[in-house]
Amino acid sequence: MAFSQQLINLFAALLLLIAFAMLSQRRILSLINLFAMQGLMLTTSTAIVAWSSHQHHLYYSAALTLIIKVIALPWLLHRLIRKLNVKWDVEPMINIPSTMLIGLALVVFSFNLALPISQLAGTITRSTLGIAMASVLLSFMMMITRRKAVPQVIGFLAMENGLFFAATSSTYGMPMVVELGIALDVLVGSFIFGIFFFQIRETFDSLDTRHMEKLKED
Amino acid sequence: MSYSGLLLQLFQDALVVLIAPLLLGWVNQCRAWLQNRSGAGVLQPYRNLVKLFHKDAVLANNASPLFRFTPYILFSGMWLAAALVPVIATDLPLSPAVDVIALVGIFALARVFISLAAMDIGTAFGTLGARREMLVGFLAEPALLMVFFTASAISQSTSLVTIVETLAHRQFVLYPSLAFAAVAFVMVMLAENARIPVDNPATHLELTMIHEAMILEYSARHLALVEWASAIKLLAYITIGIALFAPWGIAEASNLEALPLALAALFLKLAVAGASLALLETLSAKLRIFRVPEYLGTAFLLAVLAMLVHFLLGA
Repeated sequence: MAFSQQLINLFAALLLLIAFAMLSQRRILSLINLFAMQGLMLTTSTAIVAWSSHQHHLYYSAALTLIIKVIALPWLLHRLIRKLNVKWDVEPMINIPSTMLIGLALVVFSFNLALPISQLAGTITRSTLGIAMASVLLSFMMMITRRKAVPQVIGFLAMENGLFFAATSSTYGMPMVVELGIALDVLVGSFIFGIFFFQIRETFDSLDTRHMEKLKED
Repeated sequence: MSYSGLLLQLFQDALVVLIAPLLLGWVNQCRAWLQNRSGAGVLQPYRNLVKLFHKDAVLANNASPLFRFTPYILFSGMWLAAALVPVIATDLPLSPAVDVIALVGIFALARVFISLAAMDIGTAFGTLGARREMLVGFLAEPALLMVFFTASAISQSTSLVTIVETLAHRQFVLYPSLAFAAVAFVMVMLAENARIPVDNPATHLELTMIHEAMILEYSARHLALVEWASAIKLLAYITIGIALFAPWGIAEASNLEALPLALAALFLKLAVAGASLALLETLSAKLRIFRVPEYLGTAFLLAVLAMLVHFLLGA
């Protein structure tokens, strides 16, 4: 096994580890820091894939990831929670050890799912596809199990990280146009989410999304 | 079984028993330095042991024979465990008898006996400590087993000697799975040896103690044996960690010339491990007892992830 592939495997494993850490995290501030760290892992692994496979456009995606997911979005989220004044603990719907166990089951599921797919792929990073899928599912679960709006949005953003990693590992990344589009989407999306946060808080005096069920007409 | 192998085994048996208090003293000394205290010196555990052996034992009126022979079982169990781990050479006549799973079994046996002895007298503290110990033990054991399984999956053997020989002889390969397993192992080691995030070895505060609560009724030579046994347990865990994750420098089968080098490497690694243990303990705060399942659940999760990552990435 080449050294670059070992490095990619290592960063993939770290990505998965951070996904689990986010799942078990109780504080919003550390959640944001973890999200930034996950972005950093993604940047590094993308750069290593670019270097080892001589795909120059991947350097641009790595730079884009670095700027948007490691610097801009965490900064934006930090500002947002300072303004909303929400630093309190996140209450998950299921207790954390059970969440972790369900997360483990998800990892086993996605590894099994990815095994036949990754055998078809010809890239050097094909074995990391399972990890990418696992981190998508874990972020998805984080969105489901959290009550407050901010962690749900961080889950959404982390899910995009996983998708991006899946794209890099299975096909050496998406075309540049698509990538730029997604990056801008995420950026604009988080702005809109920010506005939503303020609106939700103004209407319900809380960021708990369960209150939104009151909006239903019976 | 070779003659030199037998000699090595005897040498290792004597070595682990004699240096275990030294390691404990070193860890305590490092902690003292980190907390800006002068400390009692690295030889303090030996002095404690000598003092305790010279005292007369006091037993409760309703102590059963179980209470009296548990320290000997503990001591011999821990000695056996420490003697089985290849620390200076891989050629040990005793080691084919026992693999990593049996090693976990030996630790479990010791735990059962100390818990029974703690409940034997019938004081509230003993029972409390025994229950907490069982809570920690039943969560730590699967995590420890998963760590061992990861190392076994890489070297395709559950024998510690084979694992060490395989891992010491590879060219440099990054194993993400082993890194995960190492973190999980450190977490389990802290919990099993009653170190700080789970238990505080330096306190007798009734609300927090686990290990100390169980041995509260012991005195004199019994207490000395129990404390010596826990020092050997710490040494055994650290040497298992060294064997699994940093086995470089170990002497090969029946190669007596490599022995001085292996010994020097062992002492260096033990010193580093002891200092980092002290650092880790100083940096972390003690967990509430109800957070311990979460902590050990994380260790188990990491160990299982290590296993999964090994099977997915083949590394």
